[in-house]
Amino acid sequence: MRGLELLYFLVQQMMYFSMPLLIVALGGLFSERSGVVNIALEGIMVIGALASVLFIFLMQQFSILSGNGLLLIAFLIAAVAGTLYSLLHAYAAINMKANQVISGTALNLASTPFAVFIGRLATGTVIGRTVQQIPFKNQFRITKVPVLGDIPFMGPLFFQNTYITTYLCILILLISWIILYKTKFGLRLRACGEHPQAADSVGINVYRIRYAGVMISGALAGIGGLVFVIPTSTNFNASVAGYGFLALAVLIFGQWKPWRVFAAAIFFGFMKTISASSSSIAILAQLPISSEVYKMIPYIATLIILVFSSKNSQAPRAAGQPYDQGAR
Amino acid sequence: MLAMKKNRLAQAVVAFLPSFFAILAGFLLGFVILLAVNPSQAIQGIGIILKGGLNKGMSGMGQVLYFATPIIMTGLAVGFAFKTGLFNIGASGQFTMGAFAAIYVGVVMKFLPPAIHWFVAILASMVAGAIWGFLPGLLKATRNVNEVITSIMMNYIGMSAVNMMVRATVYNKLKNESLPVASAANIPKWGLQEIFPYPSMSGGILIAVLCVIIVYIVLEKTTFGYELKACGFNRDAGLYAGIQAKRNMIYSMMISGALAGIGGGLLYLSGSGKYMKVIDVIATEGFDGISVALLGLSHPIGVLFAGVFIAYIKVGGFNLQLLNYDQEVINIITAAIIYFSAFALLFKTKIQSIVTRNAVQKNEASNTMQDESTMESEERPMKEGDSQ
Repeated sequence: MRGLELLYFLVQQMMYFSMPLLIVALGGLFSERSGVVNIALEGIMVIGALASVLFIFLMQQFSILSGNGLLLIAFLIAAVAGTLYSLLHAYAAINMKANQVISGTALNLASTPFAVFIGRLATGTVIGRTVQQIPFKNQFRITKVPVLGDIPFMGPLFFQNTYITTYLCILILLISWIILYKTKFGLRLRACGEHPQAADSVGINVYRIRYAGVMISGALAGIGGLVFVIPTSTNFNASVAGYGFLALAVLIFGQWKPWRVFAAAIFFGFMKTISASSSSIAILAQLPISSEVYKMIPYIATLIILVFSSKNSQAPRAAGQPYDQGAR
Repeated sequence: MLAMKKNRLAQAVVAFLPSFFAILAGFLLGFVILLAVNPSQAIQGIGIILKGGLNKGMSGMGQVLYFATPIIMTGLAVGFAFKTGLFNIGASGQFTMGAFAAIYVGVVMKFLPPAIHWFVAILASMVAGAIWGFLPGLLKATRNVNEVITSIMMNYIGMSAVNMMVRATVYNKLKNESLPVASAANIPKWGLQEIFPYPSMSGGILIAVLCVIIVYIVLEKTTFGYELKACGFNRDAGLYAGIQAKRNMIYSMMISGALAGIGGGLLYLSGSGKYMKVIDVIATEGFDGISVALLGLSHPIGVLFAGVFIAYIKVGGFNLQLLNYDQEVINIITAAIIYFSAFALLFKTKIQSIVTRNAVQKNEASNTMQDESTMESEERPMKEGDSQ
């Protein structure tokens, strides 16, 4: 592939990698801006992907639903599953004042074995072959969006070989920005992450806002799980390949701000695309560099950028601390 | 004197109680899962889990120790970093680097005298792990880069780098894994196989115990350890006291990395016929280390027991498959235990308030009150007074 064709291909691929990172990092953003560190993103992604892919699998097996209607319902199911799972973290972090790293780690630890467990149970009973991979037929890819796909240059770049979820993710980015910076709720959420005592003193219920923050992060991370699995695979193998952790990096890289997070996700997604498709890019394939080096590139690049962008970290000041009404 | 000893014992019990409740709750959840899957065998199943490594007697315990060795080391690494205020989620990468260094020395440096071959290999694993921990520490200290992120990146970089290096140096192309190490590079068994007749038994567990003791001494009995902990507890106060917080941050990440690295060496030099596979999967031992550290409350001795405990129920999980249960149940139980142990703080304050209340009542009865009154004042008045 050369020239424009290559560019189209790379951008289309990049979306598959960037969108899950974007949506999950946005989830982390809501949680951390409300004051709760959420390293359970990885686990929540797994649960979101598990629930939604299981749903798709069942619907396709019994030919009840198909096509993009099915994907949209699965999208909602992923959000609900993620929200429910994140409640465990919210309860521990907010009600029990638990160490948020510990409860997050526990949620991560529980998710994969649970997904393996459910996967075996489901495949064993439905198709009579006990495997942990839940298969699905990818019938969701949109080869060309009507009208928009025909626009020269922009069409093939953004409206061909795409998924409806990509646009939903962008929509969620816009809504997130509006919620965070243009609504009362957003202001309150940010206040709870910076100085919960001050927020409390003007009558804001810190616990309720933090619950909302964690639940939104659960919904978005759950969606992220589905968005990650659909374009890159034809089964769900109880894992999201560390994307939850990468999203955490994207969140920090994006300095807890939606548009910067977007830029960080695009950057990382692009690096990942280069490394994943190095063999199909003629110029790179000819170089005498092993595939492992390409695999390292996204991570090394992120490290280097972090070195230059972290000096003035703008982490929410109260993130990670249980709210104590009596503290000064 | 006696009273003091009693007090310390009570404190240790109070510290352990939450973990005990967490373990109980975890097993309860496991039992519920077993019941849900197959009610008729649930009791037998939970019995197998509880019996863990003891199902097969001393050989089973050997298996427990074999599994415990690497995760004690990674647990020690994570716990050490926790104690110094850092979250080393990169134990996996450091473990992998250590494993590769040990294998490299074991395979390539056959010119070394057999008596010290294994020792040099372990040293190499230590250095490799330390180097991999150095970078996150350095970046955190000098550039304020969040160590969680750098360690995650270092995990992936380490995985690919080791795959590349294995391919380039000690590659068994047929099996897509590392070559076997020279027999002198395997850790001596020191007669342990007589006590634990398990084929993969090695002296690695003794080295792990030695590391536990060294870490304990460093943390609890030396000025250096005190400085590290002080910085972890409150960096500004540490600075004020004249402690070089930045330098200490780098040191503790290096020590943490070194411990994880040794873990890699111990696993692959145990003579168990385990070779490094060239796959794109991050070593799970690092994440197990987080569980071990959390369950062991980051205390070296706690980590030792937690590592053995988690290995013990893991072996129980293997045996569970005889009843056609999924061995994943064990991992769910472990996760639940960690989750409930997160509530430890709340438990602890609850238990402590009960204990102190009892103590105060007793004291009032006997009219001797000295140390308890200070304990009481530490807890209470702060809470209410400030909220206006």
